[in-house]
Amino acid sequence: MKGLAAARTLAAVFYVASIGTWLAQPTVAQEPPYLVTYSDSLEEPGNLEVAMKNTVGSPEDGNRFASGILELEYGAKGWWTTEVYLQGQTTANDSTLFTGFRWENRIRPLLRQHFVNPVFYVEYEDVNDADRSLLEITGHQSIADLIIPNAAARKEVERSLEEKLILSTEYRGWNFSENFISEKDLNESEPWEFGYAVGASRPLALAAGASPCVLCGENLSAGLELYGGLGDANGFGWHATSQYLGPIISLSIPKGPTITFSPNFGLNANSLGVLYRFKISYEFQQAFHHWPWRGE
Amino acid sequence: MTAGDAMEHSIRGLAKAAHARFAIILLAILLCAAADGSWLKHVPAADRARVNPYAGQPDAIAAGARLFADHCAECHGPDALGRGKHPSLRSERVQGATDGEIFWLLKNGNLSRGMPNWSALPEQSRWQIIAYVKSLGPSAKQDSQEKQTQ
Repeated sequence: MKGLAAARTLAAVFYVASIGTWLAQPTVAQEPPYLVTYSDSLEEPGNLEVAMKNTVGSPEDGNRFASGILELEYGAKGWWTTEVYLQGQTTANDSTLFTGFRWENRIRPLLRQHFVNPVFYVEYEDVNDADRSLLEITGHQSIADLIIPNAAARKEVERSLEEKLILSTEYRGWNFSENFISEKDLNESEPWEFGYAVGASRPLALAAGASPCVLCGENLSAGLELYGGLGDANGFGWHATSQYLGPIISLSIPKGPTITFSPNFGLNANSLGVLYRFKISYEFQQAFHHWPWRGE
Repeated sequence: MTAGDAMEHSIRGLAKAAHARFAIILLAILLCAAADGSWLKHVPAADRARVNPYAGQPDAIAAGARLFADHCAECHGPDALGRGKHPSLRSERVQGATDGEIFWLLKNGNLSRGMPNWSALPEQSRWQIIAYVKSLGPSAKQDSQEKQTQ
């Protein structure tokens, strides 16, 4: 029944989002194709990106799982992007459930572009331990956390505050981004947890062609991501936690969705062998300008 | 408190409110004065002098038109004449700006005024957009609109 309620909640959110955006024009996103790492790219003011992000994994001693996230990202200002996530997962031979929500905000402190561009990230999470999205790795997260049965894991709800320092550089068509993550559980006296994510990416062609095309270099981006935990305040380091490395490929279909895929390979015994990530997103330009109260 | 004190207190309150209103009006006037075009003053000389490698090239202009439709038209209008509070790109000010100045604006944006930066778009693509916008030329329609508002 709770799975049904979660599905209804997701359907309602899709419905509300679609009311405001059905008149808006989809666009080709300009962001680097990362699935875990953040760059300094913020949503353009007034634009709304709606995305479904999925993660699939198969722990050796546990059941195969698939996590699904609905992402609503809105450009509130040129220097401020806000985003809501609704998360759920399904595990083979177990159950399907809603695992919680997140609300994140990204703020650019410097209004001009520099060689290294910082962005401050603050997020509130209300997610239970059955979550399998692995949107970031912090603390001592390991493969053992992914094999706890849903009925037991869902009882533990983490309300936490997460901060990231995002640094990003654009150089000759390449994007290089580094994220330094800290997380503090608000309802338990656990120590600060740390993590990181780094990425490099580039469009396959830097100049656009004169004729419209779909499967051409200007619409394809490729890159590489490396991310993992860095322990906590009581034990800093990357040994007793998960580490992943993966190539990324992304296709932005003109006037259509952007599709991103990445197999992430575990780099130590605490990580899954392979984690598959998939994202499909639509960006709606000036999403709410057509609403009646805007008078346009 | 005497009647005189009460009178003095209320006069001070009124004066404070008047000062606050004056400050708000002054701020609004300054913001209006700093509106569209103030970014031009911040462009470094080296950026101002940059040359568009694609200027006047038909293929680049065609590519720029597609990029413009994808990234710019929703705010600045399909004909680049502006839409709502988003300015026209065919005004004499924009058409008279150097390619380097417009490139600097695309790289940095004008974040406090709602113009995003487009630094994640490859440089070559940004130059193609500029080649397209410059190929449109100033619009007589826009000029007449500007004259009416002056």
